[in-house]
Amino acid sequence: MRSKVIGQFAVFVVAVAALGCVAVLSLMVGRQAISPTAVISALAPGAHGDVADIVRGLRLERTAIGLVTGLALGGAGALMQALTRNPLADPGLLGVNAGAAAAVVTGFAFFGISDGFTQTWLGLVGAALASGVVYLLGSGRRAAATPARLALAGAALTAVLFSYINAIAMRDQASFDQLRFWVVGSVVNRGYDRLLIALPFITVGVVIALLVTPGLNALALGEEKSRALGLGVGRARVATAIAITLLCGAATAVAGPIAFVGLTVPHVARFLVGADQRKVVPLSMLMASAFLVLCDTLGRVVSGGAEVEAGIVTAILGAPVFIALVRRRSLVAAA
Amino acid sequence: MIDAMVVATAGWSIRVRRRSLLVCVTLTVAVLAGILVTLSAGVNSFPVSRVFAVFAGHGLPAENLIIGELRLPRAVTAMLVGVALGVAGALFQSLTRNPLGSPDVVGFNSGASTGALVVMLVLHAGAGAVPVGAIAGGAITAAVVFLLSSRHGVSPLRLVLVGIGAGALLNSLNSLLIVHSQLYDAQSASVWLVGNLAGSGWDEVRLIGGTLLVGLVLCVGLSRPLSLGEFADDRSMSLGLHVGRTRTVAVATGVLLASAAVAISGPIQFIALSAPQVARRLTGAPGPNLAASGITGALLLVVADFAAREAFQPRQLPVGVLTGLVGGVYLAWLLGSEWRKGRA
Repeated sequence: MRSKVIGQFAVFVVAVAALGCVAVLSLMVGRQAISPTAVISALAPGAHGDVADIVRGLRLERTAIGLVTGLALGGAGALMQALTRNPLADPGLLGVNAGAAAAVVTGFAFFGISDGFTQTWLGLVGAALASGVVYLLGSGRRAAATPARLALAGAALTAVLFSYINAIAMRDQASFDQLRFWVVGSVVNRGYDRLLIALPFITVGVVIALLVTPGLNALALGEEKSRALGLGVGRARVATAIAITLLCGAATAVAGPIAFVGLTVPHVARFLVGADQRKVVPLSMLMASAFLVLCDTLGRVVSGGAEVEAGIVTAILGAPVFIALVRRRSLVAAA
Repeated sequence: MIDAMVVATAGWSIRVRRRSLLVCVTLTVAVLAGILVTLSAGVNSFPVSRVFAVFAGHGLPAENLIIGELRLPRAVTAMLVGVALGVAGALFQSLTRNPLGSPDVVGFNSGASTGALVVMLVLHAGAGAVPVGAIAGGAITAAVVFLLSSRHGVSPLRLVLVGIGAGALLNSLNSLLIVHSQLYDAQSASVWLVGNLAGSGWDEVRLIGGTLLVGLVLCVGLSRPLSLGEFADDRSMSLGLHVGRTRTVAVATGVLLASAAVAISGPIQFIALSAPQVARRLTGAPGPNLAASGITGALLLVVADFAAREAFQPRQLPVGVLTGLVGGVYLAWLLGSEWRKGRA
């Protein structure tokens, strides 16, 4: 028993260490490679010079945005999978991120809203609406929402929303140039101000997420059993939904729609620490943070010249995981 | 009151429900009337009598050009693409037993788009090669999805889910191609991606017509096994059905029709999604309703394309923009009806 506790503690320590390493790596890699010691000295207060400019300019910003949005998406994914008891849940695949993006794009195209604060709120509203729609579409006639129904509803909603975004983007060349980047999630050039605006929302989301984890454990027992044990699950459900909306909406308002981070990471986390949500949710946050930064770093090196957006790298790495999950027989039998 | 009747000739017989037949005939009349309207009305409008004059070969040169060479092939293409999409959607929804399981949702359109985008943006081949790319992309995607989802036979559910995964992957590849190309190329590629019928000529009609003929012949054979196949697998097998073979042929036919449609017009979304459901409500019949779905698809696309052509003059919108709206309305309606059922 004690060795298990120590083992799980070690998992968290390793996750934090990996996060640190990935963050430093992401500051090192780019058009101009910088050694780890130079990175660390460039981060010291008062450092200046070319290296410090590179590190503290663009690279630090995108690393910070990657860390925060990754954390939010990983947490949201873990919460969604627990809330819907659905191993395929992911804010990207279920259309929540597309909802946030569509709301931001609507504000930009029709009302000229381009300030980060209003866009973040729009992102939250869009995320909330989209999650409601997908859940209603996926749950259907008196039946609970099965993984397959939810995934289909999410895919259909995503298709509708992206064709809407495309339709807006086609109105003229200028908005096309702006908006084609809203279709792909990326952590580059999003700006600190955007991050700072989203940060309070994400912080509240993380706090709620961590507080609600015991309730999620109760939810995993099934509604009737947990009620029989005197555990109210209704409030936990609502709180979880609020946390998901805060995390997805704010993350999307910063980085655009990024899929598959919230899908893959919680599975790895569950594999490492078991089914206890009190461990799965925080570990998913840490690991997703590292994963997104890693994807962004990979995107800088894979294609040589042009960079590949983080949102595309996550899809290329995450889709095979999704397909592997789907091929497991138990899942299809349950659906 | 006879509910069904049997049409029989020397070699074969087919059982037809009276209401389905009535719906099909009515819809066909509506499609033809719709085409007549798109030929005569518009910014340059002509009386219907002049349309018939053009058909009879007595048209003035301007009428021959606008009605006979610009509007007619476009309307016929819209009709045929609509039939292909409607039938493909009905096949997929019947296989997946889900009103959302159409080829545009489960990734085949994304694959066809990837093929076309590679041809346009990477190989920079001429417009003539785009359909080849689209069909190749759709076929490869379908084959890969089918292989990945077969494990002790192909379960329809796994097919849908693997398709969604593959579709998400391909969509981000599509975005990659669009974001990383020159603005001008990217814009023309994304107009194609929305789905457009403007500029369709007789070549397009011949291509989609030929494919449709093959597809429809396959459908005649599929119709009955499919309506039995909507039972559970073991039940269908006890009815003497080769579940696996039916499924393979149905998927192949659906992919053939869907990718031919994409090759002609770009991925026009949501006709395949909504037409089978509308048809099913109209006929009230169980089973895939292949004929009614195809004709409904034709009606939806002919009307949508006319609206896209004329409603926003002097600009013409790609028809895909309007069908995107149709998709939104359809989802909302599905939501509403599921909600009502849930309360009842």
